[in-house]
Amino acid sequence: MTYTALAITLAFVCIPLVLSKALNLKLGADVTIATIRAIVQLLAIGYVLQLIFNQQNVLYSFLMVAIMILVATLNARKKGAQIDGITWKLALSLCAIEGIVMGVLLGFHIVPATAQYIIPLSGMAIGNSMVMSILFLNRFTVEIEAHEQEVELILSLGGTPKQAIHRQLIASIKASMLPTIESQKTIGLVQLPGMMSGQIIAGADPMQAVMFQLLVQFMLLTTASVSSVLLGFLSYRTLFNQKLQIIPEKFTGQ
Amino acid sequence: MTAAITFNDVCVTIQGTQIIHDVSGLFPKGKITTLIGPSGAGKTTILKLCNGLLSATSGAIMYNGQPLTSYDPIALRRCVGMALQGAPMIKGSVYDNLKLPKQLQGDKLLEADAIVALTQVGLDAKMIHKKAHDLSGGQRQKLSIARTLINPTDVLLLDEITSALDPYAVSEIEQLIIDMKNRGVTIIWITHNLAQAQRIGDYMWLMQRGELIESGPIELLETSNNERVQQFMRGELV
Repeated sequence: MTYTALAITLAFVCIPLVLSKALNLKLGADVTIATIRAIVQLLAIGYVLQLIFNQQNVLYSFLMVAIMILVATLNARKKGAQIDGITWKLALSLCAIEGIVMGVLLGFHIVPATAQYIIPLSGMAIGNSMVMSILFLNRFTVEIEAHEQEVELILSLGGTPKQAIHRQLIASIKASMLPTIESQKTIGLVQLPGMMSGQIIAGADPMQAVMFQLLVQFMLLTTASVSSVLLGFLSYRTLFNQKLQIIPEKFTGQ
Repeated sequence: MTAAITFNDVCVTIQGTQIIHDVSGLFPKGKITTLIGPSGAGKTTILKLCNGLLSATSGAIMYNGQPLTSYDPIALRRCVGMALQGAPMIKGSVYDNLKLPKQLQGDKLLEADAIVALTQVGLDAKMIHKKAHDLSGGQRQKLSIARTLINPTDVLLLDEITSALDPYAVSEIEQLIIDMKNRGVTIIWITHNLAQAQRIGDYMWLMQRGELIESGPIELLETSNNERVQQFMRGELV
């Protein structure tokens, strides 16, 4: 694709801008900022990736993955402000996911240990895990605020904090995993995933593209389940004190 | 008079606000103490302190002569049971709710035992598989008491369990609580109904704005020279 052709695609940005103006949606500024950020960030990452791929130095790949984990952690932690130590808990779960995914993919020689494979696959795993973590934390906050009485009931009957929060924890884990599972059910029927489409457009063998996409889909299932389960079990304890009592400000979101 | 629970200079501060001020008093063993006072007096906080859902910021609470802090919180909550305000239920059937205290201990409650627990509180055995959320207010309160009593309860804490119930349901629950007392259970009952407090209480605590104004035999409500008790009896205490 040429830069001229890319410039023409900006027409797709003009349509939401016109609609925003016509319907007074007041989204003009957001659409403009999002477009500029996408252009700057993607061009920047394009140059960075070019540099890393040319160097073929494992240290650069490691650094790139570390930056991805750092940015994902900082982005997701805002949603779990009431959970003590949310930053390291998120970082730990993202590191665990990266470890599991790369452990399987590289350990079984499914993909070569080169930056061209490690960085995009890590980006997908960490990015999906970040979204799952945000979904989980959003839902968990709502659940604990809405069910404080139920939590208190179980504690009052002699339950442990884990038993008291179990239903809310499970509901939040399920809710955060559902989008990944649901989208997997309709893949190929409703939407063709971006990575697969990109490979086909670039001239790759469609079956090879499909096999890579399946690898990604299976990987995303792991990231979805591990991120919410790990984060959930690392987080629930901080809502209670040593005397197995609710910490009120954690439940009221104050 | 033997005390089941004793408060000594208990203060509670939550999120920077002191809500209980130097409370000292006792709840006699095997009696019904009615805990009365205007809204915001700190009555529910007193019950949560007894059950260990809250802790005193300063002062000491004794249960059977031992500091409450010396008990394992889980073991304490199984002995000092609490029927919470509004009778919250977990999602599921009446049976699911009744077996909850046993499940929390990794134990089972047989359906036959659940039926005994239901009939003890005057509920129909047929409703055991009914959804708990479909019960009427009075039925929920009775189920809440039955569920609390699945644990080997020595002290029963009741938080406004008859508010918004019809007179027949109120009378049934009062009789149930008197039966509990006759079985040796110590009862601490928060009520906004002065007539009810005098009708069923052996002992009373009158609270206002986190302070214990008066405590003693229920007759004290009529005979006390305390100006604030008299104001309360005239309905002027806020």
